[in-house]
Amino acid sequence: MTALATAPDAARQGGPRRAGSSGKGIRRGEAAAGWLFTLPVLVILGVFLLVPVLMALWVSFSDWTGRGSPLSPSVGFVGLDNYAEITTGGGLAERDFGTALRNNAWYVLLVVPLQTALSLFLALLVNRAVLRGRGFFRTAFYFPSVTSSVAITVLWLFLFSASGAVNEVLSWVGINGPNWFNEPSGVLHNILGAFGVTSGPAALTGNSFLGLSWWDWLAGPSVAMSAFMLMAVFTTSGTFMLLFLAGLQNIGGDVEEAAMMDGANAWQRFWRVTLPQLKPALFTVLTLGLIGCWQVFDQIYTGTQGGPGKTTVTPAYLSYESAFLSQEWGRGAAIAFVLFVIIVFFTILQRWVLRDRPVSRRRARQYEVHSTPRRKEAAR
Amino acid sequence: MARHTTRALIGTGALLTASALALTACGSGFSEPAESGSAAGGGSLNILIGSSGDAETAAVQSAVDAWSAESGIDATVQTANDLPQQLSQGFAAGSPPDLFYLAPEALAGYAANGSIAAYGDGLANKDDFYPSLVENFTLDGQFYCAPKDFSTLALIINSDMWAAAGLTDADIPTDWDELASVAQRLTADGHVGLAFGAEYQRVGAFMAQAGGGMVVDGQAVANSSENVEALTYLKEQLNAGSFAFAADVGAGWGGEAFGTGAAAMTIEGNWITGALTNDYPDVNYTVAELPEGPGGKGTLQFTNCWGIAADSPNQDSARDLVEYLTGTDQQLAFSEAFGPMPSIQSAADAWTQANPELEAFLAGAEYAQFPPNMAGAADVVKDFNAQLESLKTGDPQAMLDTAQSNLEAIVE
Repeated sequence: MTALATAPDAARQGGPRRAGSSGKGIRRGEAAAGWLFTLPVLVILGVFLLVPVLMALWVSFSDWTGRGSPLSPSVGFVGLDNYAEITTGGGLAERDFGTALRNNAWYVLLVVPLQTALSLFLALLVNRAVLRGRGFFRTAFYFPSVTSSVAITVLWLFLFSASGAVNEVLSWVGINGPNWFNEPSGVLHNILGAFGVTSGPAALTGNSFLGLSWWDWLAGPSVAMSAFMLMAVFTTSGTFMLLFLAGLQNIGGDVEEAAMMDGANAWQRFWRVTLPQLKPALFTVLTLGLIGCWQVFDQIYTGTQGGPGKTTVTPAYLSYESAFLSQEWGRGAAIAFVLFVIIVFFTILQRWVLRDRPVSRRRARQYEVHSTPRRKEAAR
Repeated sequence: MARHTTRALIGTGALLTASALALTACGSGFSEPAESGSAAGGGSLNILIGSSGDAETAAVQSAVDAWSAESGIDATVQTANDLPQQLSQGFAAGSPPDLFYLAPEALAGYAANGSIAAYGDGLANKDDFYPSLVENFTLDGQFYCAPKDFSTLALIINSDMWAAAGLTDADIPTDWDELASVAQRLTADGHVGLAFGAEYQRVGAFMAQAGGGMVVDGQAVANSSENVEALTYLKEQLNAGSFAFAADVGAGWGGEAFGTGAAAMTIEGNWITGALTNDYPDVNYTVAELPEGPGGKGTLQFTNCWGIAADSPNQDSARDLVEYLTGTDQQLAFSEAFGPMPSIQSAADAWTQANPELEAFLAGAEYAQFPPNMAGAADVVKDFNAQLESLKTGDPQAMLDTAQSNLEAIVE
């Protein structure tokens, strides 16, 4: 991706030269120099990113068995077979892929808004000039982000074990905590179960998508996955807090003061003044959050390996497992590329939702009407 | 000065390009397997093992050193952090280790893509291996690799809890009813009667005792009435509270549940003896054969073999080393060092004499089943295990039907 973005940039630099009459003159050779300067990056990205990605793409369309070069003549082209197997195959491969997508979709759906809201909240807290020990809190909130995810996963496994610290604390308030990492039941199903609903209506249980019934899709994250979700929020909100903090520090105090003079209360100032100005930071946080959440791998690999009951299998982990452990390299690569498409789709969707829109006429009129009496008020 | 910089830059760029080209074109990662496969033998051996711990590593190392001294061929032993992944990388890159531990569930995949050599029939001590172990590593009539050792499942009983419940040696269960009743008697405050892992690798023993199994004579039989009976029996006992899955009593596996006193009995293999000695030395235990079910005696066996890479240029010396490592003396030395049983029948008597209290494990060799070993079987077992976790509330027939359809897809 980055390599592709670099090439047009270089071309754009060369653009003005081409606009000028000929290639001779004082600016002669500038394009060559530009290419030369970008060459190291182009070569490195090409060799270590573009070529492997293209090879993986080829593997996803081939019947490579994991022995020798995937480009050797003995490897055959099988078209969309690998993709068909995981989307319409009707077997275990399809059901596993469906399960992985279900698990990860819930993860994204809950983690992205939670971590964004929490990090924004933390940033607003530590941005306040009146807060004592701001430096300490900034460091404290950021600390989980710099710790290795493997170390945090191990810590989490201890905290959330059947007799771990979390259940100990829950027992103080009379709650008998679950056996977190061994509990495959879905959270939504559990909530429904508390109201006596243990099986879904026929419309949901009878029809299925990707080998899973709709009732199973609506199970919600499993208890084990919920623990991972808490961990993700805990570890990433520090990083994103930093991004929001940078955005907040960029907002001049004068705008805030002007809003105050106009009589906006704290709540209005946040929603109408601060948040719109944080849009670039918000965009970065949501994009990074979406990408990161669709790529959950290391927690699963070091923590549960997809258990209990496959409820923590994610597409990224399934891709690894299919290729390296089951020797289904084509299938593994196909999963990786479906995941790639999903990530690109959500990033574009999110970009479209957060695009800059012109102020609607109705909104604009609202401001005009308000401005007249206020000016009178000020004159009085 | 300026010209100097430009020249330096051009030089750097050229160097980068050249090295990048060198990486793509000539890196060992892209070499064809045939090139290295055809090379002449006689080089030193690379051995990759997935070790259970220092004891095993040291035992293999000293055995290999002894062989090196005898044969004059250098050999290095490496322990893998993640054996399946490291093997896959080696095969894909065309530079696999010469000799390695290979799990039966991985055999079919590697055999299908031609990664491993089928050398079993050429072994001098071929007929000495237990027939069921040979079968375990036989695909399409070809005996691929020599079983390095094996383990079976048995019933491990906490002697102190047993005595405290007023039970004697005469009460050791011989059928399912007796097992249920002693488990009931052993269930007390703070511990359950019997705990084991929620997986086919333990539950499968009950399926075998009921007369069922996963694959019989090349046919998928996962949803047979025998298997339903086995799962139904377990479901009843789990709900009665005298049986429990290890995870439900807060343990990672049966051995942990047993060692920490959360369970009075467990079903585990030979490896539990090492764990109990090292981690829970104060627990007194007895090993008994698993009780009979309606279909007679049944247990599961677990084994690994010594795989030889098809791309290895040193296959002859590797096979020589395998013969040495599966010889009687070495097998007994391994057994003493880290617990498993010799895979050859000629060492059985010596092993029983050395480990009279573990005889029940070896007795299981007579009637043990092994997990399905065709390509894709590991995924099927994994899926079945995922369902077994909810056996307490689930429907045995439905679980087995799913396993059956998954199995039918891979059994041809």
